[in-house]
Amino acid sequence: MSPLLSIDNLSAVSRRDGKPILRNVSLHVDSGTIHGLVGESGAGKSTISKIILGIVSGGVVVTSGSVMLGANDLVRMPEREKRVLIGSQMALIPQDPLTALNPGRRIGDQLTDSLRMWKGMGHKAAWARGLELLDHVAIRDPQRVMGLFPHHLSGGMRQRVLIAAAFAIEPKLLIADEPTTALDATVQKQVLQLLKRLQAEHGTAVVFVTHDLGVVAQICDAVTLLFQGKVMEQGTAETIFNTPSHAYTRALLAASPRYDDPAAGLNPIDDAVIAACRAEVAQFDGAQHA
Amino acid sequence: MVDTSLAQTPHRSWQPALRAALGDPKVLVGGGFIAFLIVLALGADLLAPHDPLAQDLMLGSLPPVGMAGAEPGYWLGTDDLGRDVLSRFIHGTRTALTVAFIAATIAAVVGTFVGLLAGYFGGWVDAVVSRLIEIWMAFPAVLLSILIVAILGSGVHSVIFAIAIIDWTRFARVVRAETMAQRQTDYVTAGQVLGFSRLGILAGEILPNVLWVVLGLFTLELGLAVVIEAILSFVGLSVSSDTPTWGGMIAQGRGIIYQAWWVFALPLAGLLATVLAFNQLGAGLRRSLDPVMQR
Repeated sequence: MSPLLSIDNLSAVSRRDGKPILRNVSLHVDSGTIHGLVGESGAGKSTISKIILGIVSGGVVVTSGSVMLGANDLVRMPEREKRVLIGSQMALIPQDPLTALNPGRRIGDQLTDSLRMWKGMGHKAAWARGLELLDHVAIRDPQRVMGLFPHHLSGGMRQRVLIAAAFAIEPKLLIADEPTTALDATVQKQVLQLLKRLQAEHGTAVVFVTHDLGVVAQICDAVTLLFQGKVMEQGTAETIFNTPSHAYTRALLAASPRYDDPAAGLNPIDDAVIAACRAEVAQFDGAQHA
Repeated sequence: MVDTSLAQTPHRSWQPALRAALGDPKVLVGGGFIAFLIVLALGADLLAPHDPLAQDLMLGSLPPVGMAGAEPGYWLGTDDLGRDVLSRFIHGTRTALTVAFIAATIAAVVGTFVGLLAGYFGGWVDAVVSRLIEIWMAFPAVLLSILIVAILGSGVHSVIFAIAIIDWTRFARVVRAETMAQRQTDYVTAGQVLGFSRLGILAGEILPNVLWVVLGLFTLELGLAVVIEAILSFVGLSVSSDTPTWGGMIAQGRGIIYQAWWVFALPLAGLLATVLAFNQLGAGLRRSLDPVMQR
């Protein structure tokens, strides 16, 4: 079976100075799997998710490669068709639940936007479905919550609402952009479990953007490690965690805090490893120009 | 099964916000006074004890009741032509509020529209609008309004037009900045992913959050419009001189301030109290209603 999302040899540069942002990135996500997109700040993980969602800013220019959703190339599609495809087949779980809901609109209205937009539901039908959705993400008294404004809800509850909204139209592909970064550790775990459960129920493909390897280990099936817009290592979660082949991967794994072994302390990534990664990127750029 | 944390307040939708607004002392006092003025303006014909235009030279320059020489029935005295000051003030309220509400509404609608466009589309649209606003605001408001009315000819329509044309920039400037901030938010991004049109995002996601700012500005603008109308009628450029206005009364009272200071004092006090009331109302409303401020 061909993968649901295929990104092949995707390169992008900054419009301002022409510096590469993505360097020949390829990744494939099968239906029903969670693909972790890992990297430090500026590694290009957000850019990739924005290109997939068609909301990349004018400052980024895709120079080559393709982003295929099924048989459609998102990079080359006419804007109007792309909007329909993205809107009806994809959903986004944003990073910060505190700012991702419009403070001026009721929860129910925001939750049911996609149903009215893409499922052709009337207000009543969408509202009824919204109640079910909230119930499904374990929100008590959905009837009441639907009529509330976001500032009435806690961060964890808002993230549940966002997850419910993301699954509302049963999207084929879900982009989760660090959905747990803004939450505290206990809520984070609950949200991850919820996400995993819904994903499994619906057979959704998920691109999970994060810088937290611990989260990746909990829920991802496959992992892509990025450094300065270049794929450093790619594989199943098992391979990456058990037999990492790239020095950067090993350094990242070693740098994760060990709660089970406090004596291990913190192991910042060795400068030599970063230098080696930089050299690898520079070598790649050199080969491109040659 | 995971547990949910409880929502912080058990209310729903609009009612609590409205209740909070009505419990705010600023809203109560400011709004109460404005409501009183609106009643005066609407019921001027019934409430005014005398015909505001009726002259009686035998009763000229009567002092307010309680002072030596006062005439019963003329509570706040008469002017040099024997016209009842209280009645003229009440009828002047009508002109002041009519002009203020219409002019402020036009300024708010135009300014908000332009501000939304500039803030949302950015680029050259924003550059053009921003320069236009800067040039506009460089003109002194009062002089510009006098100029506009002088060109258009005096009358209520000209005054309304002048106020709207000067003060739309107040709305445009603030709405533009607010829209720019809104545009960066995750819920606008989510709207884009969802496939909302630009118009849909502007009207559905951004406007509701900008509206509270506009409401605050609108009440401020009402106060300003009252002042500008008074200035224009003070210099005789507003409505025709047979319609009582606060500005007209102040101008007239200024000439006879040593003989009949009350002609001057009442409209001045009214003007002051009105502007203050609008400002307090605006501050109170914004404090209690704005959902963005409650985040």
